[in-house]
Amino acid sequence: MANRSEMWRTLSDPLIRQNPVTLQILGICSALAVTTTLATAVTMSISLTVVLTLSAGLVSTIRRHIPDTIRLIVQIVIVASLVIVIDQVLQAYFAEISRALSVYVGLITTNCLVLGRTEAYARHNAPLPAMVDAFGNGLGYSLILILLGGLRELFGKGELFGREVLPLADAGGWFTPLSLMLLAPSAFFLLGLLVWVVRSFYPEQAEAPEHTPPLGAEPAE
Amino acid sequence: MSDLWGLFLMAAFVDNMPLTLFLGLCTFLALSKRTEAALGLGVAMTGVLAVTVPLNHLIHKALLAPGAWAWAGMPELDLTYLSLIAFIGVIAASVQLLEMVIDRYFPAVHAAFGVFLPLLTVQCAILGGSLFMVERNYDLAESAVFGLGSGVGFAVAVAMLGAIRTRLAYADLPAGLRGLGIAFVLAGLMSLGFASFSQMAAAQ
Repeated sequence: MANRSEMWRTLSDPLIRQNPVTLQILGICSALAVTTTLATAVTMSISLTVVLTLSAGLVSTIRRHIPDTIRLIVQIVIVASLVIVIDQVLQAYFAEISRALSVYVGLITTNCLVLGRTEAYARHNAPLPAMVDAFGNGLGYSLILILLGGLRELFGKGELFGREVLPLADAGGWFTPLSLMLLAPSAFFLLGLLVWVVRSFYPEQAEAPEHTPPLGAEPAE
Repeated sequence: MSDLWGLFLMAAFVDNMPLTLFLGLCTFLALSKRTEAALGLGVAMTGVLAVTVPLNHLIHKALLAPGAWAWAGMPELDLTYLSLIAFIGVIAASVQLLEMVIDRYFPAVHAAFGVFLPLLTVQCAILGGSLFMVERNYDLAESAVFGLGSGVGFAVAVAMLGAIRTRLAYADLPAGLRGLGIAFVLAGLMSLGFASFSQMAAAQ
């Protein structure tokens, strides 16, 4: 109970201040690829958070038994097994979304966020804080994904979760969909602007002008 | 033959790995601060993709695909759910092997971009290449061309981004946009350019 506030900080820090996507440059690939609609973004967020939390718990439980030299392979096998489970569940119960996500569910295996957190945190900490940290990072990642997915679907199609929100001009409304929002470039622009916004609120995150590595942390990929 | 050339162009430009499919973005952004590093990464990517995609194709066909074990009297056996673990294993092993071969025969090359090679094991573009190969049912020749094309596309994109960012080092950007932010915006602009290739493909 004494370290409750510490736990809370572990959980809430990655939400915005230490956000895995905007600050740590982890897990960007899937963050951009699956955000054309809100539904796929939410599915991906849930899948990734589950895989991240469970793999952090597992790795942290057996952390004293993993030899240092082969730890990457052990971690990847653990992650890959969890991803296979998630993939099978999605295919069985959410066939349509699973098809929309295509190979990106499988790519959670190599999502740098998962390996990055197990490598940087779960490997040195007890299972409970490791899982809390992983869950917090999963939530931070989900936040970005849902924000991007919502923006892109809202302005690209005038819908949210496939339901009409802004009446389209074709159907007698006033909103002309910006089809650029559904294409690849807009994802880059939106995330770039998002990074800008976050760093305007936290000026200490802005990168030094020249000749400094980004934020002192190499991404785990 | 022209089919294969078309596939190569498609893999390299229309379905460009980092810019259109968003694969391998972490290294794409992290290692593109300098042109030389970016070029090294591109060459390494091309080599690894060109080796692993056909190799995974063989393994998928011979061991994992439904009916692959028919000769052993187990025609119903479907091991496709194991493909993720198998592919990762193959990629890790071939990256290691490639590194040893380069180290033995081309020490100068190894010194130039040796650091990037081990990192490629957990690169989503490489695993993605193999997964796309399965999803789109390429045969052996097609998967080899697809792997090579994807690698070349990645190399072109990362070298271009590296060159632009080197120039931008002297630009006076707003503090919040420096580094990661502007890299995203640049990638977005490049992605716009690459989107025009898909119009070309559609016009054919």
